[in-house]
Amino acid sequence: MSSDLETAAHPEQLKRVAIDPVSRVEGHGKVTLLLDENNKVHQVRLHIVEFRGFEKFIQGRPYWEVPVMVQRLCGICPVSHHLAASKALDMIVGATQLTPTAEKIRRLMHYGQILQSHALHFFHLSSPDLLFGFDADVARRNVVGVIAAYPETAKKGVLLRKYGQEVIRMTAGKRVHGTGSIPGGVNKSLGAEERAALLKDAYQMVAWSREAVGLARQLFEQNAHFNNAFGRFDAHCMSLVRADGAMDLYHGGLRARDMTGGILFDHFDYSRYWDVIVEDVKPWSYMKFPFLRSLGPETGWYRVGPLARVANCDHIPTPLADKERAAFMAFPGAAGATLGYHWARMIEMLHAAESSKDLRHDDDIEGSDLVVTGERAERGVGVIEAPRGTLIHHYRVNENDEVIRANLIVSTTHNNQAMNEAIRQVARQYFDGREVTEGLLNHIEVAIRAFDPCLSCATHALGRMPLEVAIVSHGGTPIDRMFRDEHGRCSRE
Amino acid sequence: MTAPILVFGWGNPSRGDDALGPLFVERIEALGLPGVECLTDFQLQVEHALDLRDRRAVLFVDASVSAAAPFEVGEIQASPDASFTTHALSPQAVLQVYVELNDEQPPPCRLLAIRGETFELGAPPGREASANLDAAVLWARDWLQAGAPDGEPG
Repeated sequence: MSSDLETAAHPEQLKRVAIDPVSRVEGHGKVTLLLDENNKVHQVRLHIVEFRGFEKFIQGRPYWEVPVMVQRLCGICPVSHHLAASKALDMIVGATQLTPTAEKIRRLMHYGQILQSHALHFFHLSSPDLLFGFDADVARRNVVGVIAAYPETAKKGVLLRKYGQEVIRMTAGKRVHGTGSIPGGVNKSLGAEERAALLKDAYQMVAWSREAVGLARQLFEQNAHFNNAFGRFDAHCMSLVRADGAMDLYHGGLRARDMTGGILFDHFDYSRYWDVIVEDVKPWSYMKFPFLRSLGPETGWYRVGPLARVANCDHIPTPLADKERAAFMAFPGAAGATLGYHWARMIEMLHAAESSKDLRHDDDIEGSDLVVTGERAERGVGVIEAPRGTLIHHYRVNENDEVIRANLIVSTTHNNQAMNEAIRQVARQYFDGREVTEGLLNHIEVAIRAFDPCLSCATHALGRMPLEVAIVSHGGTPIDRMFRDEHGRCSRE
Repeated sequence: MTAPILVFGWGNPSRGDDALGPLFVERIEALGLPGVECLTDFQLQVEHALDLRDRRAVLFVDASVSAAAPFEVGEIQASPDASFTTHALSPQAVLQVYVELNDEQPPPCRLLAIRGETFELGAPPGREASANLDAAVLWARDWLQAGAPDGEPG
């Protein structure tokens, strides 16, 4: 496995290129490249300033507050935290089997989240790069540029996202900070009027999602050689799968495949995830590096998220998405390509749209049997396939109903090593001996964006997201600096 | 029927002074002013352009580390978002999305930037930020009660 650029033999003799922060990536990321005097890349690292205060934020809270509190960890996928926490607390309250209404409302909420998050990622964050090219003017390479150049495509992206938000509002009770999912079930089902309102547009969303898959596939296929090679690396993969091996974004057992497609473990009960996953620490990063216990830290890292899920499952249980999956898996190289994430992401969006449409025909979503409880437990683990990948919530609760321990492994942490590998490959391909330009920097950003990492949370006060690139000689002297301000204006010092 | 005036504040309620936008919305909503709708979210996104339809005036509200205390308010125009603002759009970019989607100019929009200092997860808003919020609410109450008039603010 390609980790030879992780640590240079003599970093003190090298010069450093820093990219900080990474654009269009939530939170703050920093990429450092150590180059020798011949501009050959010797070391590449993605530093993620991940906030590790999640656990402290939650500890001491009454457990029933947690599904609402954890939504504030992340402004991008709050529903995923809401549901993962609820699943963990189902175990605490002894709810081993939810009512059909509760499970279906939660699934509907989750599909709404997948739909809106994937639409945001593809149409807003990634399509500017894919449609205009990585080196296009940054003033054009953004979502507004997409709307101007491809208005119909962009409008569908906006409306897909709006629809997903409406699903969340109706199932969670509010547009943001929803309270719909609670330990043991849900606190509301859909009314007939809400159900009818969502059903009205459900088929249109399926049609537009199908078009989006077509666009993602076309963009990949028309430049297949480049897209297959860009930031490519071999990796194991992990995700939840249903008992029959089908994709299941809400619930299932853990499955991991090695890089040749062989099964490493299957249908593993996630309530003991630590038996198969270990969180490693490296001195140069605040973020942990999970690995598969059976393979060890050197070779046991893996990727999660859309690419891993589509490749890992045996089939997708909705017909249109399954057909698209078959085409994806048959296309040479796509299932291992970093840029294949975008194609896979749109296949999942289609699956979410189909699943949402099917659930709206199910009378259980208007049911009144909402909550179950059982024998109280001290420990609960909830796992869900969030838009960016596997999300683990793990809590211990004392006799006073207070959370005394919490451990969260978010998708971006699972993908930490994989993102580093993608950047190393891009550095090998594009940074050796070349001038540092905005376009070149964007190649690294494009590799990171494929994973859609959510690096931190929703702190976003105005005017706080500059991009700075600095080259420092091996002696520590600054020799070049490029700065891009919040308005996209570049300057060099 | 769509309320003619929209107040849209954004931020994370559990990240220190980032809560200023949502808290401002809570305070204005509690006033129960006729013709005023209040919305909040973690961040601005493309679909929020759809919330601007059929409005006579819009007030965007956010915490800001660059605004002078206690707050700054000014008119904003549609502008292509050439920034790299992660998963969030600037309010100017939301207006530009409105223009592109509807082929018309958005309603008159103002940005109220309330000075904030710290953004720690789990922390409440600081004392200075809370005072800035009080001042901003007082200004907004008068402005909204006057019918959100055009012209020089404040």
